[in-house]
Amino acid sequence: MFIFRLILKNALRHKLRTFLTILGICIAVTAFGFLRTIVTAWSAGVEMSSVTRMITRHKVSFIMPLPKSYREKIQAISDVDLVTYANWFGGLYKDPNDWKNFFPRMAVDPETYFDIYPEFVLSEKELLDFRKERNACIVGNKLAKEHGFKIGDIISMDGDIYPGKWDFVVRGIYKGKDETWDETQMLFQWDYLNERIAQQQPTRQGNVGWYVLRVKDQNAMPIVAREVDELFSNSRAGTKTETEKEFQQSFVSMSSAIITSLEAISYIIIGIILLILANTIAMAARERTREYAVLKTLGFSSIHIVGLIAGESLLLAGLGGALGLALTFPISAGFAKLFPTFFPIFNVEDITIILAVSVALFAGIIAATFPTSATLRTKIADGLRQIG
Amino acid sequence: MAGNGFIQVDKVSKSYQRDTIKVEVLTNISLTVPEGEFLALMGPSGSGKTTLLNLIAGIDRPDQGTVVVNTVDIDGLGESALAKWRANNVGFIFQFYNLMPVLTAYENVELPLLLTKLSKKEKKEHVETALNLVGLADRIHHYPRQLSGGQEQRVAIARALVTDPALIVADEPTGDLDKVSAEEIMTLLERLNKEFKKTIVMVTHDPRAAEKAHKVMHLDKGELTKG
Repeated sequence: MFIFRLILKNALRHKLRTFLTILGICIAVTAFGFLRTIVTAWSAGVEMSSVTRMITRHKVSFIMPLPKSYREKIQAISDVDLVTYANWFGGLYKDPNDWKNFFPRMAVDPETYFDIYPEFVLSEKELLDFRKERNACIVGNKLAKEHGFKIGDIISMDGDIYPGKWDFVVRGIYKGKDETWDETQMLFQWDYLNERIAQQQPTRQGNVGWYVLRVKDQNAMPIVAREVDELFSNSRAGTKTETEKEFQQSFVSMSSAIITSLEAISYIIIGIILLILANTIAMAARERTREYAVLKTLGFSSIHIVGLIAGESLLLAGLGGALGLALTFPISAGFAKLFPTFFPIFNVEDITIILAVSVALFAGIIAATFPTSATLRTKIADGLRQIG
Repeated sequence: MAGNGFIQVDKVSKSYQRDTIKVEVLTNISLTVPEGEFLALMGPSGSGKTTLLNLIAGIDRPDQGTVVVNTVDIDGLGESALAKWRANNVGFIFQFYNLMPVLTAYENVELPLLLTKLSKKEKKEHVETALNLVGLADRIHHYPRQLSGGQEQRVAIARALVTDPALIVADEPTGDLDKVSAEEIMTLLERLNKEFKKTIVMVTHDPRAAEKAHKVMHLDKGELTKG
């Protein structure tokens, strides 16, 4: 009890120094937590991948189309349960330089897409309305809130990949099955896209961007991938089939340099936390050399001295870490609100909390190591001679 | 062995390494202090007074020779046992008081008792008795910065006394005090010796302080002579 009281009193001895140290750790932990949240948000798609879904895309590049006629052939493979398809639309909504106007827009098969993706939660009526109107669209709940979309609203867009002016009628607003599902997408009928393209650019009609396969048995995925790709190996559009997780991972790996940089910065921040704290603790321990010598003279053991120095270090690290972590939540929420479609899933994950707490505690222990060791090595007689 | 005494220092040598230079501080020193003695050690700066005091108090170890206090050969004790021995047997008074600045007078005096198994109530009684003895009962909640130098030294004396040790070592206890305060402190030490039968070994430069001792010994160039 006395040790805790003395730790607290020591920590409050130089209030400004203690405040600045805690503030420094707080800012560093906030930055660490925020960067880690970005890194996890970047990989959110990988984490929420289904274990029964596979993606078939053009073997050269994701942006190259595949014939829609492949669907029946893929569906015929014995371990494939259901096949759907989708197509990236792109388009420009209002001011394209405003990040909030960028959200995923995809043409999908209205009959099968939602069977394969039960994560989109829609009412039966919304789904029926969507299926029976050619230029109907469905938007995510978060997107609808951001732009004020309501059922019956018309969303007008300028095409870029597919030129022309495009109007879509909102016929449904989906919710994710849980908070990990992206609620910022806009989905519309592939037939609407195909019919317009058939009129404007007939050579581009009848193509889809990629296929989504639901397999009957997760263990059959390697066999399905091989069978699908062998099926089209001599076609003009060869395929690459992989699990949904691998597919998502390939997107993440495109940004690997950015992610690696963010991770590197987050590790540098750990170093900064360590230096801030180590500097404070080293100064404090040096100033108190004589006091520690007095305590040893009076019979206090090395464990007491370790407890005093490490305890103060952990106290500062813990307070700074807790405040920093507490700040990470509103800052991340603010960022998510500011850029709702940039990172559709932007939550402070449990692993980020664990990492931030661990980093603060690790820094607390390491920062105390050298001052503690130096204090314990100092002979009592030398310590008593020290002018503080 | 230098005869039977409460403190027996026998053929003790001590040197320090200062960078590459080895400094011989004490050479073959022997000293016997009977129980209840009040001994003053005098000598010029660097003569080894504080080193000898540190060896007697068990906060340093000799290179050669033995130090026996109250029949305990303290050189033979390990670090942990030596720390316990100091806590139970020696009270320390320093020139610069060495109070913990973040603790009140009460808490400073209580410090040595935290290593004992006394109950909270018993500790309180001990602390109040010690502070009463040094005349600071009305200053128990004051921090060192709120006390004068003389009062700080009296708190330090109370801290030295609170565990009721048989031996009190004092290193220049009046060295940082004005004449009046120094006189008060020396009167207090004299009282501890006479009334409470404490064995006191005191290092001092002050002849007036040394006058209060039963015996004065001079240390010069590592050698001890009777004053």
